[in-house]
Amino acid sequence: MEKELKYGDLVEQPISMHPKKFALWLFMVTVVMIFAALTSAYIVRQAEGNWLDYELPSIFWITSGIVVLSSVFLHWSYRSAKKDDLVQLRIGMVGAVVLGLAFLVGQWYSWVALVDREVFFVGNPAGSFLYVFTGLHALHLVSGVIFLIIVLISTFRYKVHSQSLNTMEMATTYWHFLGGLWIYLFMFLLLNH
Amino acid sequence: MATATVATHDTGAHDHHDHEHHDNFVTKYIFSTDHKMIAKQYLVSGMFWALIGGFLSILFRLQLGFPDMNLEFLRPLLGGWITDTGQLDPTFYLALVTMHGTIMVFFVLTAGLSGTFSNFLIPLQIGARDMASGFMNMLSFWFFFISGVIMFISLFIKTGPAGGGWVVYPPLSALEQAIPGSGLGMTLWLIAMTFFIASSLMGGINYITTVINLRTKGMSFSRLPLTIWAFFLTAVIGLLSFPVLFAAALLLVFDRSFGTSFYLSDIYIGGEALPNTGGSPVLYQHLFWFLGHPEVYIVLLPALGITSEVIATNSRKPIFGYKAMIISMLGITILSFIVWAHHMFVSGMNPFLGSIFMFLTLIIAVPSAVKVFNYLTTLWRGNLIFTPAMLFSIGLVSFFISGGLTGIFLGNSAIDIQLHDTYFVVAHFHLVMGSASFFGMIAGIYHWFPKMFGRMMDARLGYVHFWLTFVGVYMVFFPMHYIGIAGFPRRYYSWTNFEFSNMYTDLNMFVSVAAIITFGAQFIFMFNFFYSMYRGRKATPNPWRSNTLEWTTPIEPGHGNWPGEIPTVYRWPYDYSKPGAEEDFIPQTVPLSATPESNLPHEQEKVKEELEIMKEEESEVLVANESKH
Repeated sequence: MEKELKYGDLVEQPISMHPKKFALWLFMVTVVMIFAALTSAYIVRQAEGNWLDYELPSIFWITSGIVVLSSVFLHWSYRSAKKDDLVQLRIGMVGAVVLGLAFLVGQWYSWVALVDREVFFVGNPAGSFLYVFTGLHALHLVSGVIFLIIVLISTFRYKVHSQSLNTMEMATTYWHFLGGLWIYLFMFLLLNH
Repeated sequence: MATATVATHDTGAHDHHDHEHHDNFVTKYIFSTDHKMIAKQYLVSGMFWALIGGFLSILFRLQLGFPDMNLEFLRPLLGGWITDTGQLDPTFYLALVTMHGTIMVFFVLTAGLSGTFSNFLIPLQIGARDMASGFMNMLSFWFFFISGVIMFISLFIKTGPAGGGWVVYPPLSALEQAIPGSGLGMTLWLIAMTFFIASSLMGGINYITTVINLRTKGMSFSRLPLTIWAFFLTAVIGLLSFPVLFAAALLLVFDRSFGTSFYLSDIYIGGEALPNTGGSPVLYQHLFWFLGHPEVYIVLLPALGITSEVIATNSRKPIFGYKAMIISMLGITILSFIVWAHHMFVSGMNPFLGSIFMFLTLIIAVPSAVKVFNYLTTLWRGNLIFTPAMLFSIGLVSFFISGGLTGIFLGNSAIDIQLHDTYFVVAHFHLVMGSASFFGMIAGIYHWFPKMFGRMMDARLGYVHFWLTFVGVYMVFFPMHYIGIAGFPRRYYSWTNFEFSNMYTDLNMFVSVAAIITFGAQFIFMFNFFYSMYRGRKATPNPWRSNTLEWTTPIEPGHGNWPGEIPTVYRWPYDYSKPGAEEDFIPQTVPLSATPESNLPHEQEKVKEELEIMKEEESEVLVANESKH
């Protein structure tokens, strides 16, 4: 069957990537644009004055550590999947999911810390922006956790292994992206508040 | 028999295209994942919205042209929006202009145009069985549909639909106390737009993925029809700008419903101060126009792409400056993101910043002029065939020139002080963006109707439709330039209180009458469309003798587009009237080795390679056959 070549098979093949992976990258572009818009709005608004100065909750340092660690776990898990080590794969995935949830809890406590400091969602935009950044990011992170859980379930059905890595790769890409996005937001806030 | 070739080009869902599909009514016409059906769904909803949007404009044109007219006869339709004295309610007037803008920009010229033609033509012209994700494509349409339903409902609520203009600037749109339209109507507007943004993004992701990953063999980027280039760049623009509108809308929602102060500051209503402090309404304008300006090109580029194709085919000439066309579209794409503040020259921004944006804005004239030049030189000494699609394409070029020229005035930050928010602006963008894109869309429908429905539209009705619309559009929008220069501000309910407006009463009346006639002419098109769908002349496989891939499919292509293998592409799509060729067109699927009489020297070089490969191929096929025995 493979020998049934036509002239067409020998002419240049257009570049091509797994369509779903490609679509995921495009989706991440849209997320980048949302946060680019919000962070530039923050800068524009800050330049106009009447800006409330407050300290960032220190728990952000911890949550940033958690999200990085979670990415490390997931990457370890991904490499285990490549080696068909299904036990390590599952341990890594479970670790990533648990740390992801821990991150969300941590972000919740950052809101608690803000309220303790009398920085509310309603009030000076300086505070409101922080709530929007963390809230919108957390919302995306929830979608990431759901994605991870879906992949985790499929590992128990032996659907993730070195020959079938597409969904795993997509979940890994998305998760690293969300972690990176948080680090960007945190750095941005450190530099611009 | 799914060969390896086919499998690599498919996305999974449609591998088994040779199997018989047993679609029932629901999967075929409603929850279809076939890009052609989704395109038709977009088209019909786009036409529905165009009628509504057009009708709303007739209502407010009645008010503007005939301010003293008794509108009692509209009471059965508008009910309480007609006052006791038989006049149009002023707040409803604001809602009418708002909804007219929203519907036309987003629902008709974004969803109706991109949604229809990107969906229909991308897989057919690049040689793909369907979109990268048929399911997401279906979802995209249904999000658009939900968005439409919500927007439609908002037309009928007691406080009326959103009334703050299609740009919905806060604080007007953020405070319920401001106007009735800023209440529930505005909430529904925001919900509808959220669905719309989601729909556009899903559509755009699909278009880009499909164009990049699912092209057939030999279909390199330098052989893509200009339509596909246009749809591709449109999708890129949408992907980058719609999320920003989402961010703007999100903050507006927080201001409206949660009491934050992103856009609100120091506002007194009835002598009482609102609690909001620290917000900035100009921030909204920046965010909005970062989408708003690229949106102009989201609307216009697909129309320009369709025009390139229609004009080249019906001039029987290769498009002039294929590469220049691509480069100028790329230029427009990039520039569209760095000119947004020219909508805000009078918002109190730094005049130095204003002059930078003015400079960048005027640069857009360069790629636009390149495109116009190329259209004209393609037409120049061509064997013109005046099909209705061709007429509408030429009409587009005309509007693009006359509307584009006034853009040079408006892009100038000094002149804009006088012209800002007058009817001059209305005239400008209705010609260059509204009518031009609308004509591109109509041209596309006339041109690809045979592929969509397997029948031809009636050409004579098409000519009548064209001349009435073309003349009508100029009659409506040309006088508006004068009205605008005279100082008539847009979005005003009435000018009868101003002395200077008296001498323009007749002109306004003229515009309104012309608008009614132009709107009426669209019913000729509607009749032609639906009548031809069932009773039109049967189409031939390639009625316009065109080169692109969609005409190599069966007259009514099924799910999967080509019954056999996907054809391979050997040449660019504009080999019209090639010297030496037997016919005046050579489809993209004809190998160079089959046309030695018309090949250019560098193409003759390629033929040698082609023949060598074919020899190898033959021997390989022989080996394969022997091994089978």
